[in-house]
Amino acid sequence: MNPSPLWSSEPFWKKVAIWVTGGSFVLLILLTFDSMSKVSAGSKRVPAYSVINQAIDYRFDKAANRYMPVIGGEEPLFGKKLTEAEAEALVALGKKTMQAKNCMNCHTILGNGAYYAPDLTKAWLDPGWIDEANREAQMLAFLKDPPKHARTYGSGRRMPQLDITDEEAHGVVAFLKWMSTIDTNGFPHNFKTLTAQE
Amino acid sequence: MNATTPLMETGLAVCAPLNSSNLNGGQKLAVKYFSTAMILFIAQLLFGLLAGLQFIWPDFLFGLLDFSVNRMVHINVMVVWMLYGFIGAVYWFLEDESGIEIVGLKLGNIAFWVLTGAVTIVVLVYLLVQTGPGNDTTRWLINEGREYIEAPRWADIGIVAVMLVFFYNVAATFSKGRWSGISGVLTLDLVALAGLYTAGMFYSTNVTVDQYWWWWVIHLWVEATWEVLVGCIMAWSLMKLIGARRQIVQTWLYIEVALMFGSGILGLGHHYFWIGTPEYWLTIGGFFSALEPIPLVAMVVHSVYDSGVHKFRSTNHPALAWIIAHTFGNFLGAGVWGFMHTLPQINLYTHGTQWSASHGHLAFFGAYATIIIAFFYLAIQRWRGGVWMGGGLADNGWKWKWAMGLLNLGVMGMTVALLIAGYEQSFIERAVEGSTWGGYFAGQNHPWFQQAMNWRMVFGVMTFAGAGLLAWDLLTIGVGETRQALVIEEH
Repeated sequence: MNPSPLWSSEPFWKKVAIWVTGGSFVLLILLTFDSMSKVSAGSKRVPAYSVINQAIDYRFDKAANRYMPVIGGEEPLFGKKLTEAEAEALVALGKKTMQAKNCMNCHTILGNGAYYAPDLTKAWLDPGWIDEANREAQMLAFLKDPPKHARTYGSGRRMPQLDITDEEAHGVVAFLKWMSTIDTNGFPHNFKTLTAQE
Repeated sequence: MNATTPLMETGLAVCAPLNSSNLNGGQKLAVKYFSTAMILFIAQLLFGLLAGLQFIWPDFLFGLLDFSVNRMVHINVMVVWMLYGFIGAVYWFLEDESGIEIVGLKLGNIAFWVLTGAVTIVVLVYLLVQTGPGNDTTRWLINEGREYIEAPRWADIGIVAVMLVFFYNVAATFSKGRWSGISGVLTLDLVALAGLYTAGMFYSTNVTVDQYWWWWVIHLWVEATWEVLVGCIMAWSLMKLIGARRQIVQTWLYIEVALMFGSGILGLGHHYFWIGTPEYWLTIGGFFSALEPIPLVAMVVHSVYDSGVHKFRSTNHPALAWIIAHTFGNFLGAGVWGFMHTLPQINLYTHGTQWSASHGHLAFFGAYATIIIAFFYLAIQRWRGGVWMGGGLADNGWKWKWAMGLLNLGVMGMTVALLIAGYEQSFIERAVEGSTWGGYFAGQNHPWFQQAMNWRMVFGVMTFAGAGLLAWDLLTIGVGETRQALVIEEH
């Protein structure tokens, strides 16, 4: 029997499989190191937790040709300026609450999750809160008793009672405000925030 | 009368009963995994139906079993039953492929019961406790709150321990017996599969870092290591079912591994478009994930060509039919449906819509459910003593054919309905309304979306009926069969 030509030779493809897999994995590791250095809290793409002390917006950026977060002047969350450590603790409480209440199996977070309820990536900036003056109070009241303050937009879908405490609600709002500052490469596109002027 | 009765009874009862003495050690373990997998499959569909109904009647079970709970159980049980199916499939051919008895049968049995006990507790806690306060205890004991890997941390550790036992059984049995191309690829793939799970076992407040590693588990499982695992399983089953030559299937397997990992590992980047990670992922993720369908095309070519070369003569018709359903389902569901929204230029609008649900339904069913069902049929055949499962089955084999038709049509129907919903969301919610909450609900309240949800429900019920029929068929196929299975030599 003639030996197999290269294109149908088992040992040849075995070597190809090993080198391709190994090479791809090494590249992924290198890219992961680079990405991790660029997305740590306090980096350009993912701001420090104390950014919740500032005014946040999300606007179309002509130079980048996409939507970008805009971080403005001082505007402390709940009217109280926090240190970096205090801000991190509050955002962490919010993050843990969002995991404990399984938010992601109805909502999407950075576009990932379930599709039964709205995306939360820019929830802090949503025009549904009507104006900045009442936003914090509305968010807290909603989180603590969602069925009572149901925001169904005519869909009939209500958020259930999840027994979110006052403290946890503050944490969730802080997390949402912080998350809205992350540079998500222009996702969501064409989003008009509650402060957007037509 | 007295003399004939026992004979008649024997005739009815002894013709091809389930008898574990027909199975080797690994196969005895495998049928435990398969039986549990089938039960979990039905449970997955039940919770899917509940969640689907809540899109139509939002008040249905509100405050009792909310959408979040049903949906979590729906997707978690899916991941678990598929893992059971894979573990079962590997145990099924372990002794055959290694040429010796499994080294740790007892340990494997213990691991099965530990895993099944843990899964039961996790699901009961999901259903009865559901959520907890926003602290670390909740993540350790109740729910981690990260889609697909919600299992609390204690269960993660248990899963890793069980996977290590499984890995030990596989690696040690092959080492003691003989290695082959299939077992080599399989063993290395299992190292990656188990190792990757640990990437999902830590907490980070930084949601970008959190989702970065979360995708290492989800993507590198379902779009890389699981695909290679089913490649190994398929390679073995083509040899057994139609007598394909080892050299041919192994060469194909290496080609598939090269293409699958070559595209799938960096294809991970298509999950890094919008989570805060750098812009270069748009290029890398877009390019490599666009290549991901290529190995799936190769699988279709390879399985259809080989089946044709062997004139579709097989030892087990239902299993071969499901293997072919697998290759097409994998190509369509994972390949085509994935490709349709993988480039960042379209994904900007489709990300986080029912597009993903559409893709998910067809891909998980097409790529994974199908091949596990094929193994259910292989198992039941041997369990009944290697009975005939070719043409001319009792009642013309209507049950397996109808089950297959209903399941495939049902899932395809759900997929198309969800795709329409996804198109509608992409245009109305995303492109026109700019993804605000108002825009989201404008999309959800639109008649096109609502019609899609109704059709999804109709096809969901069809899928469930198909699964019910499948269960009935698996319990009855081959009962009373007196012919022995066709013997096929490698050629």
